Order: sequence, then structure tokens, then C-alpha cells
Amino acid sequence: MTLQGWILILAFVGILLALAKPMGLWLFALYEGRRTPLHTVFGPIESSFYKLAGINPNEEQGWRRYAVHMLIFNAALLLFTYAVLRLQGVLPLNGLGYAGIGADGAFNTAVSFTTNTNWQWYSGEAAMSNLSQMLALTIQNFLSAATGIALAFALFRGFARREAKGIGNFWADVTRVTLYLLLPISIVYAIYLIASGVPQTFAASVDVTTLEGVKQTLALGPVASQEAIKMLGTNGGGFFNANSAHPFENPTALTNLVQMLSIFSIGVGLTYTFGKAVGNVRQGWAILAAMMIIFLVGVTIVYWQEAAGNPILHNLGIAGGNMEGKEVRFGIAASALFSVVTTAASCGAVNAMHDSFTALGGMIPLLNIQLGEVVIGGVGAGIYGFLLFAILAVFVAGLMVGRTPEYVGKKIESREVKLAVLAIAVLPLIILGGTAIASVLEVGLAGPLNKGPHGFSEILYGFTSAVGNNGSAFAGLTSGTPFYNGMLGVAMWIGRFCVIVPMLAIAGGLAAKKYTPETAGSFPTTGPLWTGLLVGIVLIVGGLTFLPSLALGPIADHVAMINGQTF
Amino acid sequence: MARTASKSLFTADLIVPAIGDAFRKLNPRELIRNPVMFTTAVVAVLLTVLLAVGQDGLAAGFKLQLVIWLWLTVLFGTFAEALAEGRGKAQAASLRATKAELTAKRLKGDGDAHESVAASVLKMGDVVLVQTGDLIPADGEVVSGVASVNEAAITGESAPVIREAGGDRSAVTAGTRVISDEIRVRVTVNPGQGFLDRMIALVEGAERQKTPNEIALTLLLVGLTIIFLIAVGTIPGFASYAGGSIPVAILAALLITLIPTTIAALLSAIGIAGMDRLVRFNVLAKSGRAVEAAGDIDVLLLDKTGTITVGDRQATEFRAVGGTSQAGLAEAALLASLADETPEGRSIVVLARDKFGQTATALPAGAEVIPFTAQTRVSGVNFNGSTIQKGAVDSILRAYPAAATTAAATELRRVSDEIARAGGTPLAVAKDGELLGCIFLKDIVKAGIRERFGELRQMGIRTVMITGDNPLTAASIAAEAGVDDFLAQATPEDKLALIRKEQEGGRLVAMCGDGTNDAPALAQADVGVAMNTGTQAAREAGNMVDLDSDPTKLIEVVGLGKQLLMTRGALTTFSVANDVAKYFAIIPAMFVVLYPGLGVLNVMGLATPQSAILSAIIFNALIIPFLVPLALKGVTYRPIGAGPLLARNLAIYGLGGLLAPFVGIKLIDLAVNGLGLA
Repeated sequence: MTLQGWILILAFVGILLALAKPMGLWLFALYEGRRTPLHTVFGPIESSFYKLAGINPNEEQGWRRYAVHMLIFNAALLLFTYAVLRLQGVLPLNGLGYAGIGADGAFNTAVSFTTNTNWQWYSGEAAMSNLSQMLALTIQNFLSAATGIALAFALFRGFARREAKGIGNFWADVTRVTLYLLLPISIVYAIYLIASGVPQTFAASVDVTTLEGVKQTLALGPVASQEAIKMLGTNGGGFFNANSAHPFENPTALTNLVQMLSIFSIGVGLTYTFGKAVGNVRQGWAILAAMMIIFLVGVTIVYWQEAAGNPILHNLGIAGGNMEGKEVRFGIAASALFSVVTTAASCGAVNAMHDSFTALGGMIPLLNIQLGEVVIGGVGAGIYGFLLFAILAVFVAGLMVGRTPEYVGKKIESREVKLAVLAIAVLPLIILGGTAIASVLEVGLAGPLNKGPHGFSEILYGFTSAVGNNGSAFAGLTSGTPFYNGMLGVAMWIGRFCVIVPMLAIAGGLAAKKYTPETAGSFPTTGPLWTGLLVGIVLIVGGLTFLPSLALGPIADHVAMINGQTF
Repeated sequence: MARTASKSLFTADLIVPAIGDAFRKLNPRELIRNPVMFTTAVVAVLLTVLLAVGQDGLAAGFKLQLVIWLWLTVLFGTFAEALAEGRGKAQAASLRATKAELTAKRLKGDGDAHESVAASVLKMGDVVLVQTGDLIPADGEVVSGVASVNEAAITGESAPVIREAGGDRSAVTAGTRVISDEIRVRVTVNPGQGFLDRMIALVEGAERQKTPNEIALTLLLVGLTIIFLIAVGTIPGFASYAGGSIPVAILAALLITLIPTTIAALLSAIGIAGMDRLVRFNVLAKSGRAVEAAGDIDVLLLDKTGTITVGDRQATEFRAVGGTSQAGLAEAALLASLADETPEGRSIVVLARDKFGQTATALPAGAEVIPFTAQTRVSGVNFNGSTIQKGAVDSILRAYPAAATTAAATELRRVSDEIARAGGTPLAVAKDGELLGCIFLKDIVKAGIRERFGELRQMGIRTVMITGDNPLTAASIAAEAGVDDFLAQATPEDKLALIRKEQEGGRLVAMCGDGTNDAPALAQADVGVAMNTGTQAAREAGNMVDLDSDPTKLIEVVGLGKQLLMTRGALTTFSVANDVAKYFAIIPAMFVVLYPGLGVLNVMGLATPQSAILSAIIFNALIIPFLVPLALKGVTYRPIGAGPLLARNLAIYGLGGLLAPFVGIKLIDLAVNGLGLA
């Protein structure tokens, strides 16, 4: 570990915390449906959308309608994306003449991008036409992110409103978030990336002669426009297979820092927005503090493990940290930090190969996703996932102050507990169930590249990443098979919507509840005690479930490495 | 039912029947009410079967021990519940003895003719005659007559109370004894629904339904069980990847240690014990829901008289007006009060004697007492041809319209205002139409009550004093007693309106009352404690009845409600936190055959994989009886505010729950190996 490395990490955290309030305030304006300065530019577009679709943006929807409209919207997007990918061969802007994607592959990718997962079984530059990249994938990057943020707004309203029937209007939320947040930032962001050297062109490729005199074809395309929203919307699906390790996606140290910050920016802002929505910004800060504690512990472990390197290699006379699978341009600290950021948020972009991390270094990204990606998390998804844990924490420990548990003025009763448990239990069911199935079937066992516990980690990571809607991969898993495309596709869909629907049901129920004013006898949900409790509950409830699988994967792997055993 | 609060938890007469009940409760139909324990029992059955037929390479002795401890886990849970119920049953038994011998003199028509019938056949509307020495056969209302009644069977208080037709003292309870006179009672309940029946059912736990909070907690426990079922159920797949297999018995052991058996086993015992504590406190809650609501109370409405102040006002000063001397006023006041047997009247006599050297102890011969009437609202004495009267200032001035315009009257009004502002009640004294001055009757705030309200404030509970006094007096007493707010010149309608207003603001309100006109407010309040001396209407409207009729107990009731919720939360936290250590015992033991290197996770240094698993399952079972006393007695509640309370309980039950099993399992492991059990 180096001083420089720590300065990078601390600078990252510092800038991030400074971003929370301005981003949170901007999001709060959108949450409230207030007019922003950008309305002069995009306002007419917004209202023409509503007119065209016959939507009244002020019409309140109950949670069931909100959920149904959201599901219809996502199902439509799924079908659209599937169609574009299947028909890619006959559609224009296909400079490299790629054929249409196969049924299982197209299904997997359509689900993947609709659910904000962006798991990629393919190499973007070797399978997708520019039209597919733009029309099928980039659009999904915007809309899946907007859906996530809209859902977080809906849950916030549940906590904030009193004896209300509605939790907002899905169409208005999605439109506003896209027009006034994702689009403007992405435009500026893309221009910055272009200035830093990221390509933005309709040309499919360029031929260059390398220094060795070899002719090489470099894939090109509208990279910058996809890259911006890939980070901002915690999508993570790269234009190129190498993702953010590719110099065309992530050319400089500065773009690397900006990319990491942009992954977290909206998620961090939403914690502030939550505090603002429930009328006490300290509520938001307490949540952010709990998230940052888990985050920093994770970063420390990964950085420490990667910097320490592999004793087996040390014995062979190769000193230093673990540089396998890392970009030399970024080095250990920036790679370690990036890996924790991208898995804490449900981004999944990578600037180094997690598969090549040391066993424990790779376990943290895995655990991050298993915890439900609630540490900052995916845009919207992170905060609503975290609030589900908060509901459990309040319920378990809240009784200890001798009152029926309350959180931000709302009583937490059987309905909330039931739905929160349901949403939280979906993750282990699909992650562990899927992994167990793949572990016993031949088609499943054909996937991992490595043997021994590391191969197990690869399967586990694949299912974890899919269910958690992360999309990053322990690249060792060869997943482009019908078995994995199908299994992971279903896992992604369940992982997203089987959490969302109970969550919206909670939002609806909470909105209808009375407000219970805070007194000296109320359970305190702003101080360090609460923050510590949240960390404990996330780790115990979220983490204990996965301990057996982690023991057989990364931990066994680590022990083997220490003992000099290879597989 | 006398108070038996200090009765030990573990006496043989409670434990022996509880052991029998523990086995009876293994009935699946009863067990399924507790899904976690039901799961445990299913696993125990499965392992018992496997014990006979399974071939998994484990030593039979080891498996037998696992099976035994699994069954013990289930039995400890049913035992905890049986023990909690047993304590209630012991109390119910004495009540039932009272009930068995009741007979009634049922009246035929309007006359005195009556027939002797068993109390159990009395129906609502029957009228019975109860004479001196008779036990009242059923709950009802006195329709004629007045009698003194010993209610010790219900309240434990041996001093008799007066029960009479009409008014707020007309309700009588089955099982209480008339000790003088005779009354006619109209039965107001059908057989099996009386107060005594309800009490028996409640203390026995027979009628116990799960409260909302208990249901929510059960759901959480079921959820955790499902999550751990998934975690354990997928292990065989993982093991197969690693090229091995894990015996079912070991997986079962892991599952049972992980699912929250501790809290699940104790959950119903905690609920029963909570109700029981209330009963021991001579408060009868009509439902568990009411006890929980007590913990959530935000606003406490307290009647001033009897709760905040000692029931009676005391004379503390004489304020003379006009040319009258203080001694003259004292003498007149004394004469006017000698025949006044009210506590206030007696306090005036005491003050006049102690401070002004008056010596008269009885009215002189020939003196004629003017009794207090509702019309004149003054009382006094005719003596030596002059008339001395005392009463409320307005009443005196009304009695002597001529005096109302004098300078003395102006002074009297000023003095009486001063007294009111100081929290007192002014009582004017006049002699032959001449205004002499005022007696300062002071409300005496109960000792220590101010501190109690301070505690309540720290608990986040606002206290509102309800009084019929005028606002000036009320404000002064409120300030002296340290209540947060007051409602002066309160009518029952005002009370109801105040409760509604607080509830609209999302606050839960508790109050107590006894009169029929309190009934709407008692019904509206989230916790309405009716005094046992109150009317039948009040007792029906409230969701708790205080058998001692002590309104101050409302404060303790809130504490008991909080204690119940805290005990549940503390044991849940403890149970969940325990899982960390159990993982560290079983995971290395289970997986070490697959990857020997995983032995490093055996941080406790447990001797062998088998002893590790056995120790974890033994700890998991033994912790239940170990925590039974805590579950029955409840976690100590301290009024220190939610923040410090949480910090304290998190340290004890959260951190303690994390660390205790590491120590416990290690010790058991040492014992298991010392005894050569594994």
C-alpha cells in the first residue's frame, strides 16, 4: 500500500461527500416535481411527451398502479431490445456486418440491460452493431436507471406522506429523471470524455499499423455517449469487452477518477434526498455514514490484499503486489478502489479483472453484491434496498427501547416486516439456488475456467452478479451458453422485480399510515448508534446467509494460496 | 387475589406440572402456532428416523446425542411456555375455587320471593337478592339498596367499599362478599362472560391471542428461518462441486443452530409473563394488545385529584379582610367547621387550633348546624343568635347580596384571586352578612410526583393534568407538579376532544377514569384504565381495569408495557447475534473434510469437528432454559430516554449476544471432550 494510493482513496471519499448535498438537492427538486432552471430547455419536450402519450403527470398512482405501469414499461423495453438484437443483421449501422444475436443470447442481453444489470456474455466490439449499441443498449442504460430512481422516489414518498393514497406518478418520475438529470449530465460528461480521448463516431473501426509494423483493426463507435450513462446510471455494460480497462473507454487517470465518482454520485445524492424528503437531513447522513463504513472496510481489505500479492508468486521470486489482470495505467490502488465502487454500487463496470484478484480481494466485490448492493448501490436500487434493511434493523432493535418500532415517523408493523423479509430473501434464494444447481449439473460445471474453489467462486460470482443486477463478472466463467444465458437471464429478472414489487407494496402501505411524531422515547435513527446498528444488521442478515458459500469459494481459495496449494 | 409478586419462579409445584405440559405441547396442532419450533421438531423427527435407517458414516452415538439435543431444544421451548402458563394457572385456581361455591337468590317478580339457584345459570337481566354474608353471584349493577362490600377476593384490599344503587358506585363483581345490609343486583353478563371468568381465562393464557407486534415478530422469525433454510439447503450442491458430501445430520445441526430458536422458544412465554406481571400488579388488561399499546403511549391524561395531588385539600392560611383580625377569622372559621366532617373541614379545625390557639373541640351547646346543600352551596352554624357561614366566594356573595358591593367584598375578591393564582382554593367566611376573609385551601402535590413526571418526560411521554379547577388554580398546580400541560374546568366532552386531537396528531393516549361519563373517553383512549370502584359502563369501556382503583398506577402500566416490548427485542437481538459464533463452530467442522485448510476458521479451537457441532447444538438448546428467568421477569426498564436505553441494551444483548456463545460453546466443548462424549 502506498501513500499515493491512500490519497487517491481519501480524495475520492472527500469529493463524494461534497457531491452528496448538491446532487441530493437537485434530485429533491425532481422528487417534488419542482421547476428547475433546465425546464426552460426541456420543459416543452416533457409536456409534449405527456400530451403524446395521454398522461396526466399530476395524477397520483397507488402502489399497485405504479407497479403495474412500471412492469408494463419494462416488459415493453425488454421486447424492443430483444427485437433489435435479433434483427441486428438486417438493420442499418452495422459496419462490421454482424449477424443477429441468437435467441438465448438476445434474451439474456435484453433482460440484462432492462434490469440495469448489464451482464455481458459477449464482447461488445465483436458482436454488437453500432445501432444495437445505441438503440438497444444505450437507451436501456437511461431508462433502467431512470426506473431505479423513480422507484426510490416512490418509496421516499411512502415514508414522507401521511395518510395518502398515492406514491407519485411513474411516468412523470421516469420522464423527469431522464430529462432533467440523466440526459443533461450525460451530455456534458460525454463531451468531457471525448475531450479526454474517448471515440464518438459512426465509423465501425479503424485500421492502424502498430510500432511492430503489424496491421491491426481497432473497433470504434459511439463510445463516449454510452460510456457516460454507463457510469452515471450504474449500468456498467461496456462498449468493449475490456470495459473500463480499455483505453478507449477510460483513457486517463482523471477519467478513471471521474468514472468512479459518477458511479456513486446519484446514489450518494439520493441519501440526502431521502433525508430531505422525510424532513430531517440527518436521517440521510446516518444512512450514508453506514454505507461509507462498509465501503471503506471493503476498500481497505481489497487494497491490502492486492498490495500484499500472492505468496506463491513471491516464493517464485516475483515480488510485489498482485498485478495480474490489472491495467498498468491504473495500478493497484485505483483498481482496488474501482472494484469496490463498482460492486458496492450495482454498476458492474470494471477497470481490472476481478477474477484475477487475490482470493480475499475478489471476495469483497462478491460480498458487496451479496449484501444486496446497498452500499450506495445502484441508482435508486441502492437506497431502496438499504431502506429494507433499515426496516429490519428498526424492527429488531427498535423493540429494545420499549415501543412499537418506528422509522422516520412511520410505525413498522407486520406488513412491512413480511414484505421486507420477502424482498431480502429473494436474493439468497436465487443466488445460492442457482449456484447449487450449476454446481451439480454438467452444463453448469462446464462454465468455470478454473478448478478448485476458484472455479466455484466464478459460478457463485456469476449468479450473484446477475441477481444483484450488478453485471460485473469473474471473467473466468464462460457464460455464453444456453444454460447460463437462460439461468442468468431469469435470475436477473427475479433479482430486480421480485425486490421491487414488495418494496412498492411497502411504500404504498407506509404512505397510507399516520405520522407518529418523534419524542424522547422514540428510537433514535440519526446518531452513531443507529449507524453502527445498520452496519451490523446488513452484515449479519445480509452476510451470514452467504458464509457457507464464501467459505467454499474465496476463503478456501485464500487458505489454499497461503498454503501454496494450486488447483 | 392477594399480591404474590415475590413468588419464586422455580418452585417444584410450578416446575413439575410444567414438565408434563411441555410434552403435551408437542402436539403438532399446537406446535405449528410457533413455526420455528415446528421446523425444529420436524428436523428432530427426520433425524430420529435417519438414526434408525441412515448410513452416512457418522458414529451412532454422536447422532444419538444430536437427536437428543434437538428434542431437548423443542422441549425447552414448550417448557418455557408451560411454565409461564403455570404461574397464571396457580392464580386462576384460587379464583376458580371462589366461583365454584357461588349460589344465587334469584328474585321472582317484584316481591321478596326468591329461589335458590346455582350462579352458573344466571342470565343477563336476572335480578338477585344479596344479603349480609352472601357472596355476590354474578357481575351486575345494584338496582336498589346500599351495602358495604368486601372486594378482597378481587382486589386484595380488605377494607370494605360502599355499593349503592344509582351513581358511580353501583357496579358489583362476582365473588365479592356483602358484609352489611342487603342489595338487589341486576345481572349484567351471561354465564361464562363475567369478570371472574375473564380473569381466569386471562391469567391462564387460555384466551391468549397473538398481539400485532408478536405477529410481526413471528413473521420476521419465519423469514429468517426460510433464509437459513436456503443457506443450508444449498450446501449439498456446493459440497458436490468440491467433490464431497455433507451428512444430513450435520446439515440439520447447522440449520437448527442458525434459525432463531432461542427467541422463538421464549416468545409466547414473554407475552404470557407480561400479562401476568400486570395481573400481579392488580391491573387486568382485557387484551395483550392493550399492554403493547401501553408501551407506545405518548400522552398521559392524569386526573389531578388523587393522582397528582393527595385527594384532599388542606387549609394552610387565613386571610382576613376589612377590619377583621386574623384571630377573629380563625375563630369564626373554626366554629363554622367543627361540624364539618370532610377532610377540608377537619384541616381548618387543625389549622385554627395549631396556629391561633383555638381550643374548642366540639360545638357549644345550643349551636345549630347549617348543612351544606346543593342549592345554597354554603355551610355553617347558628350560634348565640349569630350566623357564621363558609363557602365558595361566589356562593357567599350570592347569599349576602348587600355585602357584595362593600369595600370588603372588593378586597375579598382580590384575596381570592391571589389564592387561586397560587394554586389554592379560596373559601370565604362571613358572619351575619359581614365578610371576614378567606381560608386558603391548598392542594397538596404528592411527594415525588414531580420526579416521576421528569422520568416520563425522558421517556418521551407528555403528561396532561385534568382538573375541574379554574385555569388560574390549575396553572399553578401544574407548575408545582411539573406536568407538561393541563386541561382546566374539564368536562367529559373536553376530555374526549383532547384525546381525539392528540390521536389525530399521531399520538397514543392513556387515561384513567371511573364514572359513567368517563366511558366515551375511556373507549376512545388507546389505553383506558377503568377503576374497579367505577361504574359497569366505565369498566366495559376501558381496556384495562385497575383492581386497586389507584390512578397513579397508569404510570407503572406504561413501564410494564415497555418492559414487555423490550424483553422481546432484547432476546431477538441476542438470538440473531448468536449466529455468528455458531457459524464459526460449525462451518470449519463441516467443511474441513472438503478443504482441510478451512480449519483456520475454527477460531475457538474446538477439539474435533464432532465435538464442535455437538457443542454448538448443546449451547443452542441450553440457552433456552438459561434465559427463561429473564423472559419471565422481563428486561429491567429504566426511564432514561430512548438513546441511552438502546445503547445499554445493544451493549448487553447485541454485543453480549455476539460474544457469549463463543465462550459458551468453548466451555461446552471442553466439557464434551472431558466427558468423552465426542
